[in-house]
Amino acid sequence: MDWQIIIAAAIKVVVFVFLTTLPLVAMSVWAERRVSAAMQDRVGPNRVGPFGLLQAVADGIKFLLKEDFTPDHVRKGYFWLAPALTMVPALLTCAVLPFGSQLFGEKMVIADLDVGPLFVFAIASLTVYGIVLAGWSSNSKYPFLGGIRATSQMISYEISLGLSVVPLVMIYGELNLGNIVMQQAQNGWALLPLWGEGLSVKGFLLAIPLFISFIIFTVSMFAETNRLPFDLPECETELVAGYHTEYSSMKFALFFLGEYAAMIIGSGLAVTLFFGGWSLPFGWLTPESADAEVPLWVGAVHIGTFFAKVIAFILFFIVVRWTLPRFRYDQLMRLGWVFFFEIALFNVVLTALLLWGLA
Amino acid sequence: MTFLFYIFAAFALIGGIGVVVYRNPVSSAFSMILSFLGLAALFIQLNAYLVGVLQILVYAGAIMVLFLFIIMLINVEDEEKRRFPFFSFLGAGGIAVAFIALLAVVLKRFAPGEATIPKLTALEGPGTSDTHQVGELLFSTYWFPIQIVAILLLVATVGVVVLSKKELK
Repeated sequence: MDWQIIIAAAIKVVVFVFLTTLPLVAMSVWAERRVSAAMQDRVGPNRVGPFGLLQAVADGIKFLLKEDFTPDHVRKGYFWLAPALTMVPALLTCAVLPFGSQLFGEKMVIADLDVGPLFVFAIASLTVYGIVLAGWSSNSKYPFLGGIRATSQMISYEISLGLSVVPLVMIYGELNLGNIVMQQAQNGWALLPLWGEGLSVKGFLLAIPLFISFIIFTVSMFAETNRLPFDLPECETELVAGYHTEYSSMKFALFFLGEYAAMIIGSGLAVTLFFGGWSLPFGWLTPESADAEVPLWVGAVHIGTFFAKVIAFILFFIVVRWTLPRFRYDQLMRLGWVFFFEIALFNVVLTALLLWGLA
Repeated sequence: MTFLFYIFAAFALIGGIGVVVYRNPVSSAFSMILSFLGLAALFIQLNAYLVGVLQILVYAGAIMVLFLFIIMLINVEDEEKRRFPFFSFLGAGGIAVAFIALLAVVLKRFAPGEATIPKLTALEGPGTSDTHQVGELLFSTYWFPIQIVAILLLVATVGVVVLSKKELK
């Protein structure tokens, strides 16, 4: 019995983390370069494979074959540990994301925890150690400043990120991501309450705080993943390359991959919480209940839907990066502490009042 | 799955020892994080998902980041070896012996395999997860202590803001 669960979990880990998320990381690097090229009226990488799709493989080989240079003045142990610490938490958070409904009667989530969003935030909050360590162990000033910036930025935006999800949890009364998706599949997505019980005055009124939540969540996610317009920890004009200035070869690539992995997980969480996860719109192909039998092809369609939504969200991340200029550091901190923190708190009270008034 | 218990208990213990043994404050801080992660895993093995995740979120993810931040910012030097007076050894040893004696007395009352922990109320079905149960207790039975703790935290926060202002007007 135990071994069956372990084997099923191991298969899910291999398929969803190593065979899906990691290639998705590589593909989003390619997408980033192609989209940015299209936006700047260039061609972008198009030589390796069809449409340059194999560019990621070429990049990977290049990173592996480059000289792995460790400067003399670094603190060796921590210098080696730091890149791994940025990559591992990002991949660990895959564990609670529902990738699909069911396949062969097996729930398509690695760990069906009752504390889903909390787990993601807890593990994601460990990502900061990698960056801090990289900055500190490099033992030179630009990485150090980058590391300090990353810490204060990530601590600040964790608060609004956590608070922005509270209204959602209040409305669904549930911390299990699978059940949240199920409720959205039956009664309308959080931001699109157009079917089931969502198609009512109550549904539309509750969509207001959810929309505010979504804005705060998305912007905080940009700050947490250190993406433009909030990539102050690695801001080239001021800090050379920030916390990974001293890194080379595959260790440098790991920071890069960690950033994209965090971006994919962030997109996955946003899709799960606000856009109904694996569910199709208007209740199409939605199972009767969480335990109902799901045909094989429907399960496959659900998995496809989830990844289609995630890819759309990643493209949104990329387009934003190449559209907006970088914030100034004090502006970034003010946005987090003075605006988002207060709006998120107000949003929680608003949701409570709405739920109380509508009950 | 007892082997998982031993692995994570080892994490927690090795981390705890590391905090004391390492001379470098950053290494000590990291040992502490390792110890917290081990503890969190032990909580989760006891089905206390909320406590385990909060352990990571609050201690490993927030408090230790601030610790590390301060250590790096003010650049604490490595702790040097120094000699302690004989009496401090005596005091520390006394406390350790007293603690072990206390543990022995408590553990002796429960021979292994005899006493069982009372089963937690149903942990199956909707609305019965440990998070729900903790929340319900906090906002019904223990609402008053929670309010007091909240006010205490508020006072502490205001106090910090007042103290960190350079000049009082």
